[in-house]
Amino acid sequence: MKYLMLKHYRGGPGHPGMDFTPMDQWTPEEVDAHFQYMNDFADRLRENGEYVDSQALAAEGAFVRHDGAGRPPVTDGPFAETKDLIAGWMIIDVDSWERALELAGELSAAPGPGGEPIQEWLEVRPFLTGAPGTQD
Amino acid sequence: MDPSLLRDLVPAVIGVLVRRGADFASAEDAVQEALIRALDTWPDDPPRDPKGWLVAAAWRKFVDAARSASSRRDREDAVEAEPPAEPGPATDDTLRLYFLCAHSALPPAAAVALTLRAVGGLTTRQIAEAHLVPEATMAQRISRAKRRIADESLDRPGDLGTVLRVLYLVFNEGYGGELDLAAEAIRLARQLAALTDEPEVAGLLALMLLHHARRASRTGPGGRLVPLDRQDRSRWDTALIAEGVTILQTALGRDRLGEYQAQAAIAALHADAPSAAETDWVQIVEWYDELLAVADSPVVRLNRAVALGAADGAQAGLSALADLDPALPRYDAVAAYLHERAGDLAEAAAGYARASRAATSVPERDHLTREAARVRQLLGS
Repeated sequence: MKYLMLKHYRGGPGHPGMDFTPMDQWTPEEVDAHFQYMNDFADRLRENGEYVDSQALAAEGAFVRHDGAGRPPVTDGPFAETKDLIAGWMIIDVDSWERALELAGELSAAPGPGGEPIQEWLEVRPFLTGAPGTQD
Repeated sequence: MDPSLLRDLVPAVIGVLVRRGADFASAEDAVQEALIRALDTWPDDPPRDPKGWLVAAAWRKFVDAARSASSRRDREDAVEAEPPAEPGPATDDTLRLYFLCAHSALPPAAAVALTLRAVGGLTTRQIAEAHLVPEATMAQRISRAKRRIADESLDRPGDLGTVLRVLYLVFNEGYGGELDLAAEAIRLARQLAALTDEPEVAGLLALMLLHHARRASRTGPGGRLVPLDRQDRSRWDTALIAEGVTILQTALGRDRLGEYQAQAAIAALHADAPSAAETDWVQIVEWYDELLAVADSPVVRLNRAVALGAADGAQAGLSALADLDPALPRYDAVAAYLHERAGDLAEAAAGYARASRAATSVPERDHLTREAARVRQLLGS
């Protein structure tokens, strides 16, 4: 079963802002330790056969919608600070929802200032499969 | 058999089919099919005459395709017999393929894909993997590109400038999947340099070799980016540097300077410095001035500001920046670098943080975040 682990720029439930100091204000060692943790995490999933893909997104972008025939699309952006932005994602292919939660918990334990887990919120969403039912 | 030897044959085989009367698009498809069969069967059963094998297999594919197309159209005028190959210089065929695949009517991504397939002899699957797109998407991109240039004749000489831009694009794409696009670009530039004695072709080849020579030292543990002044120079490939410098000197001797030769000259000066501190920045600034004279652009001016900052002091670099648009890519990173050298650590840390938010790649973003953290730590101590 495939799951999407979404990382947001802003916090999660009950945490309207980012819950931790911006990374450029950590020490270089703390920054390195954080990147190392993320790399090791992805490597371990690759070895387990659970890794599918991960991508990071730039902070700048825009919301866009159609605005009627013959008119240019309406855009809203660069994003206002208050909007909930997706920073990136990882897709995993695991045996159960429980395993997906366990991995998301590990990813959220990536070290931050003082080596403490940053405990950022991750959103975990199961993929809908493309396979039609075989029972009918 | 070395797959690059097989790849080397592809443009010549397309040329043979075209001279026998096939249109470029069909010839290219037929050779691609023959290539895939060759990759499949040659490891166990290598042919004695690889080129002859490919020509025969591709021609068969072409005739089959033409026959089924003509029977669909209910006509019987398809090419059936195998006409003798007209004698003609194969080098011209290959050179014209370079021109056609980099045709200015093609968007850059399409020109890259078509060049890698028709001139580079890569399979659609390999090209797709290297660009992280599905194979069907890449196949469509290539078909659309071929339709777009369907009316272009292979006989006309094209624009060498667009060919060089396409090859440099491929080079800068670096790695993707199993394919080393930088090495592929070097192979294609070598092949092109053997076909024409234009000094800019040699200039581009030299530039690629000089950049490639530093590759091992450019990334550290965990894939982190190591900037030029902190690279372990003992890991630079001295053979590639020597080759690049020799090719560059011959090109410069022709006295027809172009942007790639000027960029290669700058890369050669960096390669020549035993340590970052011993870099001849004064001469590098002079080469940037030469580069501006042949190819003025905001990006060149930005890079010149860095060199000027090192040659004449950070303030000189910052003054050169004043004329440039702060919205330029990498402007913040360059400004931060100069501010740090000028002793303004607060401005440098803020600049690196801004630059990290505007970075276009993960390694670059992580590197700039580290730089911000490093300068902020200096600031606090």
